[in-house]
Amino acid sequence: MTDTLQTAAIIGIIALMTWITRGLPYLLFARKSPPPVIEYLGKVLPSAIMIILVVYCLRNTAFTVTPYGAAELLSVLVVAGMQLWRKNSLLSIFTGTACYMILIRTAFPM
Amino acid sequence: MKAVRFALKQIIPLLFSYLFVGLASGLLLHKAGYAPIWAFLSALFIYAGSMQIVMVTLMTSGVPLYMVAAMTLFINARHIFYGISFIDEFRAIGKRKGQAWKYPYMALTLTDETYSVLCSLKVPEEIDRGKVEFYILLFCHLLWVASCTLGSVLGQMLPVDMTGIEFSATALFVAVVVNQWQSADSHLPAIIGLLSAIAFYFISGPNGLILPALSMSVLALVLLQKRIPTHALEVPHD
Repeated sequence: MTDTLQTAAIIGIIALMTWITRGLPYLLFARKSPPPVIEYLGKVLPSAIMIILVVYCLRNTAFTVTPYGAAELLSVLVVAGMQLWRKNSLLSIFTGTACYMILIRTAFPM
Repeated sequence: MKAVRFALKQIIPLLFSYLFVGLASGLLLHKAGYAPIWAFLSALFIYAGSMQIVMVTLMTSGVPLYMVAAMTLFINARHIFYGISFIDEFRAIGKRKGQAWKYPYMALTLTDETYSVLCSLKVPEEIDRGKVEFYILLFCHLLWVASCTLGSVLGQMLPVDMTGIEFSATALFVAVVVNQWQSADSHLPAIIGLLSAIAFYFISGPNGLILPALSMSVLALVLLQKRIPTHALEVPHD
């Protein structure tokens, strides 16, 4: 029961906070236009956020012991390479994930 | 109905990404030991792909609720900037007779993907633009709920070893980083983000890096405002 409550609380909090971020501009700027610094952050912040998320996703990789995170790093390169080459996000995600799933079963078993 | 058919045509480009990322997030939740009802509820009420994937990590790592709230606020802060472009349009739709509920619904279902579709939307004269926008948002929301739930249910039925599927989240973010890198006026924001993330990986430990790295990036970006070129914020309407 506490598990159910805990799960419901996490989903509820995330939903509420997501609604706040989506609803805020309608509440704040309905009558006046946003200050320049907000517009500026709106342009530049997403690039910083996404690369932080990449590092966060790789945080549990064992970089200090063999194979030094080779499966993760190779798969990241595959995704980036595919994205540069074909510019198709779906294809890049699919290929990179497949590459990772194969590498951890063959070349670099965990 | 013309508006329905036109809206369906507009969402074709994101059909696959919604289906695949939705399935993956449902599968992840199942792998972490959660029943399909949780995939359904989080898709219905949260409706944010990257956040739902981060959510699985938050659920299994026992992070306190105030941290969950702060991280959501930071990760989804970009949505604040999406809404700015649609205030007048959505409010006008809500002012139509008996459709007041559409205003908050449309505001709360504007995601990265639907935002990009609405920004490049060109509607012929004879079709009602407001209706098309509403149907695009509604159909995308339904598709997302369906694919997240399906992913979770399939995970229950498929005995296949799906270890490693969680890498699809990393892959999604890497693909977005590449897109942003190529279209950015300046690479400084991405470099600032990367350096802050690596710095706080060591300073605050791998699990606590997001918040301080984001705060550091905001601070650095504001301080460097004059040195980072940006085009004027694009107005999405023609």
